[in-house]
Amino acid sequence: MTTIDLADLPRDYLDSRMVLNVGPSHPATHGTFRFSVELDGETILQCTTEIGYLHRAFEKMAEQGTYTQVIPYTDRLNYCSAMINNTGFALAVERLLGIEVTPRCKAIRILFNELSRIMDHLVCIGANAVDIGALTNFWYFFRPREEIYGLIEAICGARLTTSFTRIGGLSADAPEGFVEQARSILPGIDEAIATVDRLLTNNRIFIDRMSGVGVISKSDAISYAFTGPCLRASGVSYDVRRAQPYLGYDQLDFEIPTRTEGDNYARYLVRMEEMRQSRRIVDQVLDTFPEGPINVDRPDVVLPPKSRTGNEMEALIRHFKLIMEGVKPPKGEIYHCTEGANGELGFYIVSDGSGHPYRVRVRPPCFPILSAFPRMVCGSMLADLVATLGSLNIIAGELDR
Amino acid sequence: MNDTTTKNPSTADVALKVKELFASTVREGPGPVGDVCLWVEARSLSDVLRHLKDEHLFDVLMDETCVDYPDRPQRFEVIYNLYSLSTGNRIFLKVAADDQEPGLPSATHLYGSADWFEREIFDMFGVRFENHPDPRRILMYEGFEGHPLRKDYPATRRQPIIGPTDGPDHQARHG
Repeated sequence: MTTIDLADLPRDYLDSRMVLNVGPSHPATHGTFRFSVELDGETILQCTTEIGYLHRAFEKMAEQGTYTQVIPYTDRLNYCSAMINNTGFALAVERLLGIEVTPRCKAIRILFNELSRIMDHLVCIGANAVDIGALTNFWYFFRPREEIYGLIEAICGARLTTSFTRIGGLSADAPEGFVEQARSILPGIDEAIATVDRLLTNNRIFIDRMSGVGVISKSDAISYAFTGPCLRASGVSYDVRRAQPYLGYDQLDFEIPTRTEGDNYARYLVRMEEMRQSRRIVDQVLDTFPEGPINVDRPDVVLPPKSRTGNEMEALIRHFKLIMEGVKPPKGEIYHCTEGANGELGFYIVSDGSGHPYRVRVRPPCFPILSAFPRMVCGSMLADLVATLGSLNIIAGELDR
Repeated sequence: MNDTTTKNPSTADVALKVKELFASTVREGPGPVGDVCLWVEARSLSDVLRHLKDEHLFDVLMDETCVDYPDRPQRFEVIYNLYSLSTGNRIFLKVAADDQEPGLPSATHLYGSADWFEREIFDMFGVRFENHPDPRRILMYEGFEGHPLRKDYPATRRQPIIGPTDGPDHQARHG
């Protein structure tokens, strides 16, 4: 019997490593981006990330039109929570203009910010559970999500791409019976959260798949500029709503949940608790829902009401000038951040005094988070990559802009 | 009014100290409304960043971006947005840059997040970063010509849509 000397064999023969391509169109990416993973068996040795498949030149396009015309583009950043992006951009321009919006406008914005945060977390947790084989939760979650979309539709006519805010106010006031309609959908949200909590939080299989997987340490999370639930799951209690309050979040009573493990399970728990906190905020806003105008009294910023545009020459001229030339903030720069569903959503706007932004930079919360992804998955199993990706809630629209 | 519009006094103190320490290369300059902004010369950028991180606890590089002013001698303005989780201070640094080699010193050895931010700035504006571990494009593809966020890049310009490059034979191709 002849023996084979292993040293004589070509290197490839012994090498059990292989390179596997995940994406750009892969059910686990929930969007388009690509990983190339080098595997030894099922263990990930190396992971490289490639993004840009959904790049739509948001920042370039924002320089082409007026400030108001940027708002529809912001819908398409994080399309799971478009209202938060709308609000973030409008607030940045308003700060540049030195405008403070009306109490009713603030209340409606906060309400939809928090409902959008809930929706975003519903999608994230639901999809994350689907990715690791638990389909039912998704259906429990999508029912209240649908009802929230119904409420959004009632106020602005659109569902996903809301384009709801205007600089200095909103595109529409809340319709009659709005508060009652909003209240009527809240029990459904609570029930869904409670149901999924019962199904997942103590579920042995779920914990096995999530706990200790996709760990990012506190120091790495800080170095990679993690924000939002992913940072809070690594033990840092940073929330823009608390740290740099806007819209009157400092008047509201809510807690910032944190965990210290930094793994998928911690991120799941943080998101679940954040939904409950958002629900508390929604209750507080609905209890003190103010009456009054939704737009500020600034003729150089806000369009005159349609009834006047059709009947008064001055209103028509104002309307025409605002549409054609746009709102003109003073020359200067502004950075304003809001707490998006995934973390700090910042807009850096440079104005040259004209009706068109000179530069609009959006700081997408997903972008730095995904850059640390290889750190989180190297050394773990291929199936854990899918679970980890789901728990980060990477939204390609916001990632690639 | 949003209470972040008032300057945080402690950030102003930090700015004073940094200006004293780097008197020849750092000055206060125009920046975002309501925030402190320091203009730094490229040669001392690494030292200023390190000083801010170690002495003043600016532990997060929240964002790094760029603005193009074609009329200036050094046309790009690279903006660093630093945040301190422990003090809650935010400070902006601005550095003038052009698209020549070797470029600005990379901040990747101090902040992990600088890696992708700097790749994006290179991709969109063509500003180079010295000692960047992976200086490739990030959002655009390898064969893309030019840097789309420059002011002289027309928004209407189209470049060929690339398909998948010829890879190994795939069973679905039947040939």
